[in-house]
Amino acid sequence: MSRISSRLIEEKVFKTIMLAVFISVTLLFVVMLLSIIMRGLPGLNLKMFSAPKGGYCTDAGGGILNAILGSLYLSLGATLLAGAVSIPTVLFLNVYLKKGSRLATLVRFSFDVLWGVPSIVYGAFGFAVMILLHARASLFAGIITIALLELPIIARVSDGILKLVPQELGEVSLSLGATRWETAWQVILKQAFPGLLTALLIGLGRGIGDAAAVLFTAGYTDSLPGSLLRPVATLPLAIFFQLGTPFPAVQQKGYTAALVLIFTIFIISIFSRSLTRSFQKHVLR
Amino acid sequence: MHISGKRIRKDAFARRVMLVLTCAISSLILLIALGLFLKSRFILSGVSPIELFLSDKWHPTEGHFGFMPFIIGTIWVTSVAMILAAPAALFSAIYLAEYAPGKLRDNVKPILDVLAGISPVIFGVFGVLIIVPWVKDYIKPFAQGYLGFIPFLRSDNFTGYSVIAAGIVLALMVFPVITQVSEEVIRSQPQELRDSSLALGATKWETIKYVVLRRARPGIIAAMILGLSRAFGETIAVLMVIGCVAHIPHSIFDAAYTLPALIANNYGEMMSIPLYDSALLLAALILLVVTVLFNIVAWLILLKVEREYV
Repeated sequence: MSRISSRLIEEKVFKTIMLAVFISVTLLFVVMLLSIIMRGLPGLNLKMFSAPKGGYCTDAGGGILNAILGSLYLSLGATLLAGAVSIPTVLFLNVYLKKGSRLATLVRFSFDVLWGVPSIVYGAFGFAVMILLHARASLFAGIITIALLELPIIARVSDGILKLVPQELGEVSLSLGATRWETAWQVILKQAFPGLLTALLIGLGRGIGDAAAVLFTAGYTDSLPGSLLRPVATLPLAIFFQLGTPFPAVQQKGYTAALVLIFTIFIISIFSRSLTRSFQKHVLR
Repeated sequence: MHISGKRIRKDAFARRVMLVLTCAISSLILLIALGLFLKSRFILSGVSPIELFLSDKWHPTEGHFGFMPFIIGTIWVTSVAMILAAPAALFSAIYLAEYAPGKLRDNVKPILDVLAGISPVIFGVFGVLIIVPWVKDYIKPFAQGYLGFIPFLRSDNFTGYSVIAAGIVLALMVFPVITQVSEEVIRSQPQELRDSSLALGATKWETIKYVVLRRARPGIIAAMILGLSRAFGETIAVLMVIGCVAHIPHSIFDAAYTLPALIANNYGEMMSIPLYDSALLLAALILLVVTVLFNIVAWLILLKVEREYV
């Protein structure tokens, strides 16, 4: 009898520990979000969305429009580029190659390895290449570096999604005489479209938030982005630099920029969920 | 036959383009490694590896490139992060997979997705805003007051920017990743195993401990390695709270410096100093090699797990 009760006590103890750990981590994340929202809200006004009037490290007034637009251009460009490279690759893996093909395994393996490469390595590599080409920090260089970073993310997520497309669908299309290209482009792609959109948005969210990869490649500027060949400001770097200054007014701008960034990432992920649902008219079930 | 010629040519063309793209992507990692190696070979040939990896003197202007403080700093920060995050993530994963009501699980999983995708800078801001003051005002006075006899808890750094602050921030960053993967691994264990263990009279916890976790162990280890490699290479969040002092830390309350932070702070400036950019790219190469090794190990484990169970 006592043995049974001691076993049940062990169960109770561990269950309590698990619940306690889970709840405290959740609370910590709630504290995190609340603290940033509370700290950022006082600085949130329409002026934040105007162009800065002077250097980021002085309290010259103006907003962070340069960083908002810069992040937007940079991450949209990078997502389009990364999608244009990774989605055909993933289609190739899933439609052209046989199941269990060596090449497919190798490619998936390299996606996994690329996924794990820290963004600072992409940044350093990108900058090393730029030195080689005598190029200066620019929106273009930033787009390429962020595209490298997003590539494995988009590829892996969309690979998972293409695997969910029923195999019969492709077989039916092939048996009706369609080529593999037609099958991939007109059948599989259509079926997987909402999922692929989600993959792109996940990449976009990651790209918009990364700082280490754009630190050297996109640079930083106080003017609004105008040309592909000029440096651009990005939100994460705006936050990083502004918090690094000793002036409370500038730091406040950094905290508000953090609020804007969190908000953007949340919007993207909510958007990706609802978009997934509304784009399903071509999807067969 | 003539009609379909164009379609077939189109198909063949598409196949060739896609094959080239695919091969380009697969060789990307080799390209990056090769590029970094070519750049860092100057420092590797100019400075002896003993000085590079075992010296704690970092004075690029005088030609001293000792990576020791950064390597040790990175190891400290990553270890603190993993000691904090691994048990918490494992417990949460077990709870979510085995005990939590389905509704809670369905709500938590998308939230974990979002958390895993939050910008590192945001975690850094949280570190500066909350964690650093906590460490300074509560954790450090408490630890020194009651546990000051333990050497690695003593420090004369009173700013709060420290190894432990960076460890806590990193732990929060890797928690969603480890929890997600471990939860999936635990949940994918066959229900029959649980049923038979329960039928033999084991309690639910005993079933988890002796049956489910034992079988899920390789997958959980892989999840930990993935988290570890994420923590190892994290840059901005660590940079914001670590203090950036190029000394070997002796206490979790000391300020330190990590390899990614070193690159982020110094690359792009002072390129006139000989070997400096080569040294920083060597740091990037070390990061790349270590994270790639971690990922290969995790990948092999997960592949083996997949083959065994399917």
